Amino acid sequence: MRSRYTVVMILLAVALLLLSVACLLLGSVDIPARQVTDILLGRGSDNHAWEIIVLQSRLPMIATAVLAGASLSVSGLLLQTTFNNPLAGPSILGVSTGAGLGVAIVMLAMGGTVGSVFGQTLGSYVATLLGALLGAAVVLAVLIAFSYIVKSSTMLLIVGILVSYLASSVISLLNSLATEEGIHNYVAWGFGTFSGVSVDQLPVFAGLLLMSLFASLLMVKPLNALLLGTRYAENLGVNTRRTRHSLLLVTGVLTAVVTAFCGPIGFLGLVVPHIARLTLRTSNHSRLLPATMLSGAVIALLCTLLSVNGMHGIIPINAITPIIGVPIILYIIVNRRKIQYFN
Amino acid sequence: MALLITHNLAVGYGRGKQTTVLLRGLDLKLEPGHLVALLGRNGAGKSTLLRALTCSSLPLEGTIEVDGRNLQDLTQTDRSRLIGLVATDRIQAGGLTVTELVSLGRQPHTGFLGRLSEEDRALVAQAIHDVGMSHKANDYVAGLSDGERQKVMIARALAQSTPIIVLDEPTAFLDVASRIETMQLLASLAHDQGKAVLLSSHDVSQSLLMADDLWLITSNREVVSGTTSDLLQTDVMNRIFVSTSIEFNPNILDYQSVSKKNDQDA
Repeated sequence: MRSRYTVVMILLAVALLLLSVACLLLGSVDIPARQVTDILLGRGSDNHAWEIIVLQSRLPMIATAVLAGASLSVSGLLLQTTFNNPLAGPSILGVSTGAGLGVAIVMLAMGGTVGSVFGQTLGSYVATLLGALLGAAVVLAVLIAFSYIVKSSTMLLIVGILVSYLASSVISLLNSLATEEGIHNYVAWGFGTFSGVSVDQLPVFAGLLLMSLFASLLMVKPLNALLLGTRYAENLGVNTRRTRHSLLLVTGVLTAVVTAFCGPIGFLGLVVPHIARLTLRTSNHSRLLPATMLSGAVIALLCTLLSVNGMHGIIPINAITPIIGVPIILYIIVNRRKIQYFN
Repeated sequence: MALLITHNLAVGYGRGKQTTVLLRGLDLKLEPGHLVALLGRNGAGKSTLLRALTCSSLPLEGTIEVDGRNLQDLTQTDRSRLIGLVATDRIQAGGLTVTELVSLGRQPHTGFLGRLSEEDRALVAQAIHDVGMSHKANDYVAGLSDGERQKVMIARALAQSTPIIVLDEPTAFLDVASRIETMQLLASLAHDQGKAVLLSSHDVSQSLLMADDLWLITSNREVVSGTTSDLLQTDVMNRIFVSTSIEFNPNILDYQSVSKKNDQDA
């Protein structure tokens, strides 16, 4: 079992490396590999535009995809364990939409004209970030409240979907008040992209996400206890209420930060934990959590590579994730009796 | 000396005005090395009493003392080192191996990250051995039968190294062979390892056969406790159910219908 873990982790690391190289070399602008290497090694290039593309576009995009993919996937895993529901995820439970609503409100408040959604000025992106955090927190608070009332995890999933609809409709109402440019920005943001984080913004983005990812690694012990349900977990000395709240806090920050910068990206959070479980064949979080992080990063990079190499310009990330995600979810639903972790 | 003592304990559910008291005035004792069976009809309050004793819910009145300390004053970690639980809750642990699941029982004794020491691993292996599941130590829980699962859950409680183990209907979904095996296992844990084992059950004959002591919830919500042999001398078994069509037969240690008994007598 340990050897399987080692093999999977090595393969994922290799895939991560190869995909990163591919993302550096391939894109809408053809740059010779030798030039890319020279630019990365600081030797510069005869073409200044190429330098800018590699250093200020492709490199931050790769870092963003890796971090966002890992974060959304971990967020999904934490939600699945917290709510004891294998079909939970940040987008399906409305956490992403809540963050999106926060972003929409901030955009409207700023007149929808202050740069793009990604915020050109420090003030606007901090505001966007806070809006997203607040939106995600509100949805998570609603989910926590309902989780004490509705005991069935399926019903809680439906509550999440309803909250998501509600947030979407408020977003639409807000859009009717916004300027045309504001709507355009918001719609563009809604497609999802890993190219929205600039070099200046990367430290904040990466700092918040790395901190939360690290925090999730410290919660492996109570996460494993929660596999047995609340009563057993409490019998094992876990303060389940406090644990759930901390888990949801971590989930909220991961989802909100990614959503603020990259848009509401669907399916990764729901699907990647399943991919990790199926390949590792375990629900043990001490192996599952690191594997989920790496798998999320790899799949997000794969989506990025496909996205920037479209025939006619860039394909939105949200057009790619369902193509990868839906078949896997359907496979899982159909085969759930054969899959160990469901039984 | 008794490990667990209740003083004037009242248990039930609900809060404020909507409180329903199921059992009150309970003065019960659990002794080390004893297997105790809690019997009563459906809805009598067996699970509710066990929930209170394991601190899953608060007592409405009275106190529960474990090892001389009030259970409610203890931290959750302290409690998790005193009382191990085997409940009927559905678990999502099919993706864990038997060893991984049983290892969770060591959580109250491990550090912040839950790393297992050599001693922890040895205790886990011993617990799996004690329930006779060593041959499946590396199998996934998903592939186990109901009886095997129950044994593994008992091993998990054993690995917790608590002086008290409480089990809510441990034999409920088991076939007769697994039921008897499980009861034998629990009796040996009490008698050989000196644990206080309390279980609730609907399996009257096995409970009477194996348990050292009984806690019986009668139809008028009294709890009668005593040794099995003493209680069998009284008519208390006939006060558990309100039905007039069944009667306790001490010869078969079980209930039978009144009409059938008359047939046999004639």
